[in-house]
Order: sequence, then C-alpha cells, then structure tokens
Amino acid sequence: MRYSLSSILRNAATGHKHWPKQWRQPEPKKAYDIVIVGGGGHGLATAYYLARNHGLTNIAVLEKGYLGNGNIGRNTTIVRSNYLCPENGQFYEHSLKLWEGLSQDLNYNVMLSQRGVLNTFHTPAQRDAAIRRGNAMRLHGVDAVLLNREEVKKLAPAIDCSPGARFPVRGGLLQPRGGSVRHDAVAWGFARGADARGVDIIQNCEVTGIRIESGRVRGVETTRGSIAAKKIAIVVAGRSTLVGNMAGLRLPIESHVLQCFVTEPVKPILDTVVSFGADHFAVVQSDKGGLVFNGSLDGYNSYAQRGNMETLESVAACASSFMPCMSRLRLLRHWGGINDMTMDGSPIITRTPVKGLYFNGGWCYGGFKATPASGWTYAHLIANDEPHEFASGFTLSRFETGLVINENGAGPQPGLH
Amino acid sequence: MRITCPWCGPRPLSEFAYGGDAGKTRPGYPGKAGPDAWMDYVYLRENPAGRHKEYWHHSGGCRSWLVVTRDTTNHEIAKVALAGPQAKDAGS
Amino acid sequence: MTGQSHRLPQGGLIDRAQTLSFTFDGRALSAHPGDTLASALLANGVHLTGRSFKYHRPRGLYSSGPEEPNALVTLGTSGRTEPNIPATMVEVYDGLVARSQNRWPSLKFDALAVNSLLKPFFPAGFYYKTFMWPRSFWCRLYEPMIRRAAGLGALANEPDPDRYKHAHAHCDILVVGAGPAGLMAAREAALAGARVLLADERPAPGGHLSGETIGIDGKPGAAWAGAVADELAAMENVRLLSRTTVYGRYDGMTFGAVERVGDHRAPDSSSPRQRSWTIHSDQLICAAGAIERPLVFAGNDRPGVMLAAAARSYVNRYGVLPGRNVVVFTNNDDAYRTANDLAGAGARVTLVDSRAEGEVAARALLPAGVEAHYGEYVAGTKGRAHLRGVTLASSGRGIACDLLCVSGGWNPTIHLLSHTGRKPVWDEATASFAMTDPGDGAFAAGGAAATFDLGLTLREGATAGRAAARACGCRLSGKADIPKAGQLPAYGVEALWRVPDAMSKAQGSFVDLQNDVTVADLELAEREGFGHAEHAKRYTTLGMATDQGKLGNVNALGILSELRDMPVAQAGTTTFRPLATPVALGAIAGQARGRDLRPVRHTAMYRWHESHDAVFTQAGLWLRPYYYPREGEDFAAAAAREVHAVRSSVGMVDISTLGKIELKGPDAGAFLDRLYINSISKMKLGRTRYGVMLREDGMVFDDGVVARLGEDHFFITVTTAHAAQVMQHMEFCHQVHWPELDVQFCSVSEAWAAIAVAGPNTRDALARCVTGLDLSNEAFPFLAAGEGRIDGAPVRIFRVSFSGELGYEIFAPAGSGAGVWRAIMEAGEPYGITSFGTEAMTVLRVEKGHVAGPELDGRTTAADLGLGRMMARKKDYIGRAMAEREGLVGAGRQQLIGLKPVGKDGALRMGAHLVNELGAVGPDVSQGRVTSAAYSPTCGHFIALGVLRDGRSRIGERLYAVSPLHEEQVEVTVTQGVFVDAQGERMRV
Repeated sequence: MRYSLSSILRNAATGHKHWPKQWRQPEPKKAYDIVIVGGGGHGLATAYYLARNHGLTNIAVLEKGYLGNGNIGRNTTIVRSNYLCPENGQFYEHSLKLWEGLSQDLNYNVMLSQRGVLNTFHTPAQRDAAIRRGNAMRLHGVDAVLLNREEVKKLAPAIDCSPGARFPVRGGLLQPRGGSVRHDAVAWGFARGADARGVDIIQNCEVTGIRIESGRVRGVETTRGSIAAKKIAIVVAGRSTLVGNMAGLRLPIESHVLQCFVTEPVKPILDTVVSFGADHFAVVQSDKGGLVFNGSLDGYNSYAQRGNMETLESVAACASSFMPCMSRLRLLRHWGGINDMTMDGSPIITRTPVKGLYFNGGWCYGGFKATPASGWTYAHLIANDEPHEFASGFTLSRFETGLVINENGAGPQPGLH
Repeated sequence: MRITCPWCGPRPLSEFAYGGDAGKTRPGYPGKAGPDAWMDYVYLRENPAGRHKEYWHHSGGCRSWLVVTRDTTNHEIAKVALAGPQAKDAGS
Repeated sequence: MTGQSHRLPQGGLIDRAQTLSFTFDGRALSAHPGDTLASALLANGVHLTGRSFKYHRPRGLYSSGPEEPNALVTLGTSGRTEPNIPATMVEVYDGLVARSQNRWPSLKFDALAVNSLLKPFFPAGFYYKTFMWPRSFWCRLYEPMIRRAAGLGALANEPDPDRYKHAHAHCDILVVGAGPAGLMAAREAALAGARVLLADERPAPGGHLSGETIGIDGKPGAAWAGAVADELAAMENVRLLSRTTVYGRYDGMTFGAVERVGDHRAPDSSSPRQRSWTIHSDQLICAAGAIERPLVFAGNDRPGVMLAAAARSYVNRYGVLPGRNVVVFTNNDDAYRTANDLAGAGARVTLVDSRAEGEVAARALLPAGVEAHYGEYVAGTKGRAHLRGVTLASSGRGIACDLLCVSGGWNPTIHLLSHTGRKPVWDEATASFAMTDPGDGAFAAGGAAATFDLGLTLREGATAGRAAARACGCRLSGKADIPKAGQLPAYGVEALWRVPDAMSKAQGSFVDLQNDVTVADLELAEREGFGHAEHAKRYTTLGMATDQGKLGNVNALGILSELRDMPVAQAGTTTFRPLATPVALGAIAGQARGRDLRPVRHTAMYRWHESHDAVFTQAGLWLRPYYYPREGEDFAAAAAREVHAVRSSVGMVDISTLGKIELKGPDAGAFLDRLYINSISKMKLGRTRYGVMLREDGMVFDDGVVARLGEDHFFITVTTAHAAQVMQHMEFCHQVHWPELDVQFCSVSEAWAAIAVAGPNTRDALARCVTGLDLSNEAFPFLAAGEGRIDGAPVRIFRVSFSGELGYEIFAPAGSGAGVWRAIMEAGEPYGITSFGTEAMTVLRVEKGHVAGPELDGRTTAADLGLGRMMARKKDYIGRAMAEREGLVGAGRQQLIGLKPVGKDGALRMGAHLVNELGAVGPDVSQGRVTSAAYSPTCGHFIALGVLRDGRSRIGERLYAVSPLHEEQVEVTVTQGVFVDAQGERMRV
C-alpha cells in the first residue's frame, strides 16, 4: 500500500486495522539469480537498487537474525560527505545526494534532517588540517564553510567557546548539508521497497557455507537449507571476515567495538551535529530529544557488541567539557556495534577471485552514511560485473600496490583511524 | 576488562595499549619473503570470532609487550605471557 | 504553606519533629525529614505531577522507586537545573525547588494535550508514512515542529557549578542491594572474612522492608535491617555505600556505580555532588530486588493509578495515605498486603482479582469490610486530572475511588546479571524472566532471583554470601544464622498481560507509560511485520524512555507473544544494556571535566615564558610559546621580528617538548640501523645525524636527531607529536622482533629541557656561558655533539640547525632548564638575543625547506619528501619492503616542492590546494596542496612548501593555490624547496 495523505486518513478512520505487512515473510526458494548475504542496511539497499536500477528481482536477501539488527540500528545516525580523499569524497557525496531524495524515492520517511555537521578545531595545526579538508571538499563539489569561534558559538551555543576551556575552540569546519537520518527507518524503507519489487527478504536464515565449484559460486548453505545462486553478494558488516572465510577470502579487516551512547530526552539544546576536535566525541540531538553520541573505538578485536567503561568515562569527560550543560544530563544507555575496520580506513566493494562472488565491507566509521551509495554501487557491480565509477577505488588490490585510501594518515592499525 | 600482567598482576584496561594480531612473524628483508608474505604480515588479519592471540603493551606500567589470548566473543582472557623470549624468565 | 492533607496521624520512618519547606511549580509545601519528593507531594494531596511524552496526558505518581515513569520533575535553578528526575528518588531538603515538565502554559492546562485528540492520526510509526509532501515542507515545517515537541524537561545552558569525584574500589564480593537478601549475603560473606562492598541506592538499608509491616526476628523490618547494617559497618572488611546505584557491569567483573553524596542536602560546593565509582570485584551478588509490573487496561494511566506495593510503602514508610477510596486490582497474592495495609490506615478498600476465587488462598487474609471480586478485571477508569472511579469488566459496575492500586506480578531486577550478554529465561512459576544461571562468579538472591517469600529470601541471601566467600577462597565455619521472618501469603501469580477488554480500547491501554505506547501501537506493529520484540521496540519506542522499560517491557513481550500466537518464553527479551539507571554525565566524568579534562604539560621554562608575555599554543597536552608580542605588535609583526633576530643575530626557542630517548648497549647502533632508513651504526663518536623512521607500511613515521655520545651510547630526539608512539614502537621492535639485540633504552623526554639557539652570533653568545667545551668551528664543527656546562649544570650540546643558521641544540637536566635558559639569555644580551615561538620556528624551517608535521602526515614516503637518497640499500629496516611497492615509487606521487607567489603581494596559506586551472570541480582537480606557508621577512614575500603530483619534474611551472573556503586564488611558481642559503653555508661557519 502506497503511503499518501488519503491512505493515512482512510486508515485512521478505520482504526489502523488495515495496514498490510511492510514486507512479506516468504519461505526461501530453491534457487535465485542473486543471493545477498546480510539483511542490514547495505544488503537491503543493494537489493532495492538491483531491482530499481537494473530490473533484477529474482533475489533473496538472507538475514541471520531479524532484519536490520546489525549496525543500521546501532549507529549515531549521522550523514555527511566531508572527506579528504577524492575517492571517499565523490562516493559519500553521491550517497548524500541519494539521501536527499530517499524519502520520496522509497515512499517512506527516513527523516533526513540536514542541520549541518560541524567539526571544531582547537590548534593552528588543526585549523590548517580543517582548511585542507574543507578545500578538498569544495574541489570535490561538496559544500563546506569555515567558521570562526564566534560563528561556532552562534551555531551551537551549548559548546564551550570560552578562552578558558582546556582546549579553546578556534573555529570549525561546517558541512551545511550534513545531518542525521532516522536509522531504523532506512532498513525498513529499503526492505519495503525491495519487497514491493519482488525481492524475497528472508529473516532467521543464517548462511553457514558458500558452495564454490571450479572457481565459481553455486549457492549457499543456510540454517533453512541449501539455496542455489548464480551470484552471491556478501555484505555483512561486523561479520565480514567470518563470512568471507567461508569462501576462502582473507581480508585486511579487524572487527572492533564502537560504542554509542544516548541520554534522556530534553528540549532542543543542539541543532547541529558537532564533533569535538580535541578528542574523539561526536554528538547529535535526535528528534525525540535524546543526545546521541560516540567516542573512539574500544580499541581491541571484538564481536561482543558491548563496550567497556574506559570509553564511557572518556566520552562523559568530553561531553561535559565540550558542552558543559551536559554535565547534569543523564546517560540512559550505551551499546556497542561491531565495526569492520580496514587497514586504511576506507571501505571495500569488489569482485573476488571466485567468479560470481562479490564482497562489500570494511566500512570503518562510514557505514551508515554510505548506505544508499553502497547499495547503488554494489548493485551496479553485481549487475554488470564491473565496478561503479564512484567505487572503483575501493578494491582489495590497493593494499598490494600501496595506493591505499588513507583518510587520516594513520598506518595499518585500525585503532588509529 | 582487566589484564593480569606477568610482572605487575591484574591491572585495569586503562594501563594497556592494544597491538593487534600476534599470530604473525615479521618476514626478514632482504630475504626469501616476497610481496605476498609482506602483504600478509602488514595488512591481512585472521580476525577470528573466538580465541585470539594478540599483543598488548603495558604502557602505563612495566612497558612490557604481552601476548594475550582472549576470546573476542566475550572478552574473557585465557592466558597472558610476555612477548619474546623473556617469557621464560617471568615463569608464565 | 498548605497543610499535609494526606499525612496519617502516625507511623512511617519520618521525623515528624522537624518540618521542611520546598516548592513545586512555585507552590510552597511542607515535608518531614525522611520524605521523598513523591511522598511529600502525596502528603500534600498533589497527585498530578506531569504530562506524558507524546500525548501530553495528565499523569501522577505511579511508583515509589527509580522505575517511576510519570512523576519526572526538574530540580534546581540556573546551572544546577536537572531535568527528568523521578520524584520518588529525591530526598526533600529545606529549600528544594522542583518543577513539573512538558507542559505549557501550566500543568493543569497544557495546550499540547490537543495531541491526545489527534491520537488516531499518530499511531506508532506514523512519521514513516507521512510528512513527505510536499518535499520541502519536511525540513521547513514538519521537522522543526517535531523537534520543538521533543524532550521532557529542559537543560539550562549554563555550566554546572558542582564538583564530581571519581574513585576506585577493590573487593572480593560486591553485594548490590541492602534489602533482606543483600544484608544476609553481606553478613555471611563478611563473617567468612571476605572483603565486601555493599551498595544500596536508598539512604537507609532495608530495601522493600522499609515499606512493609512484616517483621524479622520480632522486630520491624527496617529496624532489623538497621541493626544488621550497624553490625556490618563495624567490620573492617566491609564497606557500605548508601545512596549508591550500581549502574553497569563490564568485562572482567568491573562495575560502574554512582554515589549521590550531596543530592539530599542544599547545594554546597565544599563536597562533591556525586562520586563515581569503578569497582573491581571477584564475585557479584545481585540482591537488587524486583519491580512490580503494571496491569494493562483502558485508562490505566490516570493520576491516581499506582503500583500496589508503592501505595502501601507510602503508608508504611512515609505515613501518607495516597487515597481514601481504594480499588486494588491484582493477579497475585502480594497485593493483598496493600489491601490490608490501606484498610488498616483507614481507607475503604475494594479488591478486584483476575484469578478465580477458588485459586486464591490469600482471600482469608483480607480484613473485614474489604469487598472482593474474583475472576474480574478493571476495564476502564474515569476522571481527568485525577481518578474518580473504575468500571469492572464482567459486571459493568462502576466503583467510585480516588486510588487504584495495580499489581501484575513482579519482575526480578537482573540488569547487572545481563549486562555482559547473558540472557534471562522465562520462569513459568513466577511468570517472569529470571536469570536461572547467573554465570561464573555471579549469584542472585531474593527478589532478583524471583524469590518472593521473605524466609526464603533471607536463606538465599545467606547461601549466596557463603558461596561467594568460598569462591574467593574464604574458609566457612559453622552454619548460617537465618533469622525468623514473618509469614507472607503465597505469591500465586497468574500472568495477565492485558485485560481481555483492552483489545477494544487498545488506544487507551498504555503499556509504556512514559513513551505513551499503547496496546494499539503493539497491534499495529505486529500487523505491519514488526512483531519481533526488537522490531516492536524500535517501531513503537517501547522501553526507550528514562525508565528503560523496567515497567512496561515484560507486559509488552506478553502481549506480542499473544498477538503472534507463541509462548512468551519464545518471544524473548530485548537486550539489557547499561546503564541500569540513568546517571549524570558529569558524575561519570568525575574530575576530568572542563579545565581538568586533560592534564596540562609545562616545560621547565614555562614560568619564564609566562612572565615574558608569551602567547601560548596547544601542542598535544603541552603549552608552547607561539610568539612573544611586544608593545603594539600583532602576531605577524612579532613573528617577523623573531625571525629577523635569528637571521641577523641570535634567537632561542624552547624545544623541550621533543621526545628524547637514550640507548645503551653493544647492539644499540645495530638496533637503530633497523629503525632508521639511514645508517646509524657507522656514525662517529661525538657526531649527530638527521634520521628518518618509516612505518612498516613504508610511509614516513618520524624524524629527528641521532647523537652518538659513546661507543655504545646513543641519544635520539623524536617529534613532540610522536614521542609516545615512537617509544612504544621501539619497545615492540626490541621485545618482539629482535630480542637478541643487546640494547637497553629509556624515554628521557621529561628528564631533559631543551633549547635551540640559532643565528650568526650564536657562537659568540654561547661562548660567554658555556664552559668545558671548545665551541670553535674547528673543535666543534657542524653536526658535532659534545658535553659542557652552563650555569653550573651539565649540558649536552649538538651543533644542528633547522633554520639554516649557525645553530646549537642544548639539552639540560630539567631541573636546571630554567637556569640554563636564563644564563643563555644573559650571555646573549649584548647581541640582542631574542626568544622566539613556534610560529617563527615554522617560518625559519620553511625558509630553509625543512619538513615537519604538516609534511609528515602519514601519507608521504621518504622519496616524496626528497629524502629518498637517505634510504640505505644494504640493510633491512622497518618499512623498507613495503616502501618498494609500485604505488609508492611510481609516477603520480605527490612530491615536496617550494612555492612562491607570481605577484609579490600574493598571500599563501596552509591548506590551499594546487590546481592547474581555476573553476574546475571533481576528484582529480587537486594536484597537491600547500603544506606549510609563511610570510618570509627574509625574502620579503610569502613562501610555501607543498606537495604536488610529480612535483620534482615541474619546477618552474605556474599553477594556482586556491582556498575556496576563503574564496582565494593565488598564482604560484613551483620552486626547489629552499628559500634561504640553498648552498647550506651559513650553518657551517
């Protein structure tokens, strides 16, 4: 059922008793043209764009738990394209443009809120780095504005801009078109859209093996039986290595916990998404009023989806120093998502040595904001067996040649990206 | 999480820095190791769900590099040893 | 001040001899010590305490604990404003200021209550289906509207004037909850010799005993608890923390707790407001009790509806009668105590029990005069700002009342047992999710273990205490001494997730009171495919309010399981996440807040800089002089003067922040050979050399000076930014890669102050203060290293130069740093010696073409920076293999070059990009960038270093340096990167 003013009024009048399921719950078929392993944001987006852009619909999305239970529902909901490296710049800008039309395209309000993303800087060296990145953005065709201290204060009065701060704010780099999106709705909207075009979304179906014969994929083994497939697309953020191993892939990936934090809801105090340049802390106030934020990785390999106290203490210190009014704000909850960290901080969207097998992963901190473009470019790769121009740099071979896409200059140590 | 340093005893996580996968040996150069061996050493990771041998540096303590065997699914630590041959001296 | 209309003439654990005054929404009210804000409001007849989140429905006190969903108030004023605090947890003090929230203009009349009428249009998930047309209205109209309606209370945008502390505690056994189970556990464990920490969120021990009439060992429960707590307090191996909430359990038996040190008295800056604890324990005993479950029926959210045990606790603990005409609606025996206690306090009580009469043993306990209905439900309520009556389901009868006590059973409080990933299981006998296997090192006792009999609870606590003590190696003696408890009725709960009638009135049947989630919302969620507990939570916002689903979640799981036609056991729970109870961020931060967020590092000469008007800049945690403005000088003028002093006479700069590492041992040289790209072991004694280190991926890691002070003795400097990382890297290389090398090394960064002195008059100036070292060019040539004395202190002197002038770096023991600095200042006075800051330092090194932080950005190779010739060919070193990859040596690399503006007036800035033509946009437009730029007083125009694609083959080319952020574009010429003394003669004189 299409969502429109008339369908809403009609349903309101009948007590909302007639809304259909937003997606079907089909039994898996014996065979599909394409099996997408992973029913998170990226997997569902890939299915949607395969159907929408390439007319391919004999597709199953296999999800081991419930749809959208991974990082799509565990992140800080921030979208932006404020990247330094040109490969990332053009890719994330494509993503942001897709975000800008996504609610209409999906007929599902994902509540994109472009209230700006601001990164503060605190030293002359940080200012120069911000100018470097801001200019790179402008040359990529991305919006960017440099703010001085007074402009930062005006934009986000909750930030301590006093000269007496431990790390006094000198200014900030703002991407006005950045903002936030209601994260769960993205998974649901893509699922509904893909389902409506005929894609089978199969929950509680864990892939336990990938069948490969003479260098070509044949299908997957799952907890709900064998499913044959001509093409298999892995897109399992947080489990990339484990599923990749099933097909013999060895990857430049470590899985780490990134924690998210949410406070009690309060009346609006912060309009813009801001990150604290003197440490690892980024915060956004949700439409419900809670402040949602994160810090750095917990810092060690983990699949446990829970965080430690050290990071909690560190973000609390940053929060109550950067925005002093947060000192009396109470934290409600914190949780961990598993970030697949590559060795250069940029993602991988690629063919593999196995024919018909594709890999998408290693999103580091950028997974949520990448969702539409990841699906768009991955669908292109799967459909045409050729990389999309906006994702052509996201190869595995870049590590062999040394042409890595190193956004912040750290070496092959994920904890530093 | 607490790590029991062979020299210092159980200490909180905040005293340690992570060093990653301890399952690899640095290929020598020049030597027989080709680009694949170096690619493997510098970039590829086993990244298992379960037992993981990994380096930790007791940076806020005795400055020893340790090899910790830890389960990545529940963060339980099974073993801690000094990295390198000093392990024998510490009797771990 | 109005009278306390609902205060009973006697009873309760309050101090009636004293009267306190406080305000609620500006109204002056009175209370007694021992009151919570909740009990005081009830005593004053205030039931309406807030408005709900979404529909702005009037709401009243619902509980007596931290799970309170309705009575959330804002405390304090200005910087002490604290929103969303449950009135049930606030101890009243004289002068307390509290306000209701989420209402405008007033609590009685709230304009947004209109939302309640629009409810048919606002079911769960409505915004996903709407607000999309026309497209531009979303960001201009709909979203701002939604945001304005967000939140409950408001923060004041002012700094928090209070202080917070952080503390660590170590114990063998952490006991959470000082109710009957926790006290018994703590006592048994302590008697066995274990170090026990007993934490309880209330001001006094006893847990729910304080709100009950039941006794132990013939004493009132609270008195028994007080006696045990006194006994514990007298033991050396026990620490009691009251007003302390253990909010989270983390890996390795680490716990977070917050102690509310000062919240129960008037604000006072002399002691911390709250103290945050990190507790390291060996064993956990969770004795956190249980939380009563609401019942779900139409109109179950009206002020005057209250949890049954809460109602009796107001009578027993606070001497407050929350209602005079009372209906008790229950599915279990526990609420019979409420009927009893309220009737005993003079209320008229009617009992409605969903169970069939024959199944209820407790009916015999009801006092005379209590009318009881069995197999019956409350189907609806009447009243607006306060409850006026209820309607029964089967008989349709109306009963007038001003208080409806509800009990749907009890949920064990198992958060701390679940935080590390353990899942509770459904327990049919108690109709609750319980942690039947708490895992290694953890125990549950009492309500937290779904044990609802007092005698069993006491025994279970004792058993857990002994088992935990044994597990941490204590020897037990004798048997536990279990006190005798009064008898309670059997629990006999029969699950009731919603009264059958709630189906037809689903819209008014609330499951999550705070987030206004109704049965209709859950039905809709299930209908649309969001029946999984986690989906329903996300679709409806169930359980995401400040009470974290403590009240509503299990009912919701039950309702969803009914809708999905599966046993509740299979429906599963959502994941328990810390924090168990919300905690202020300031408390978790502890001292690390505001100016104390991080320590500040000062060099030994800091006071001198300060007294000579230095403007400081941050460099990591360090404060460094940026420039030293004189009267009337701005930044540029000061920097130009400082540069000029170095080029024309002599200047000095504090470089103490450099990392310094001292190495000794026969293999020290061989070790350094493997770290640096260039050869070190062949250096002559008494010489220095510039060294470059790579990362293992072939990129430049760090650079600095290596000095050979003895055959087996080296001293190296590393950059300020990488000081800690380089040391860690060296330790890794030695301990892991090459333990066979006989070398010892140590970071001495803080042991040595360091000063760079440079300029043509430097030698003459230093000759006046240095003793024990011949500084003549013959005896101490360029790159020499030696030792001497200044101001009586032993110093190391290296003849190196980043400015290209005659220069020396002088290292003095940190304690002598300030004296040595002053001595050099004095010696240089005849030459006009000038202190300079980091800005002049940048100008000087850019003039000389030296790379620094902006060039070493982790993406440049040694070859990119023109240092390729330093890379030794006959040895292995870190990074060598990967530096030979095609992508690092092939064409298209961005290489270091110099830049100068084509027109003399052109200003260059760091962060500008280099482009071939103006106006183009795209991924390939940027050819490189300006890495370091400065106005060179020596050249008389701007100069810059930069990296440019294939730059070394483009010398002489003209390009544009653009900064779109500043709308700047400057035509530049690509040059070799050295602007001053390209032959390098001056530093060798």
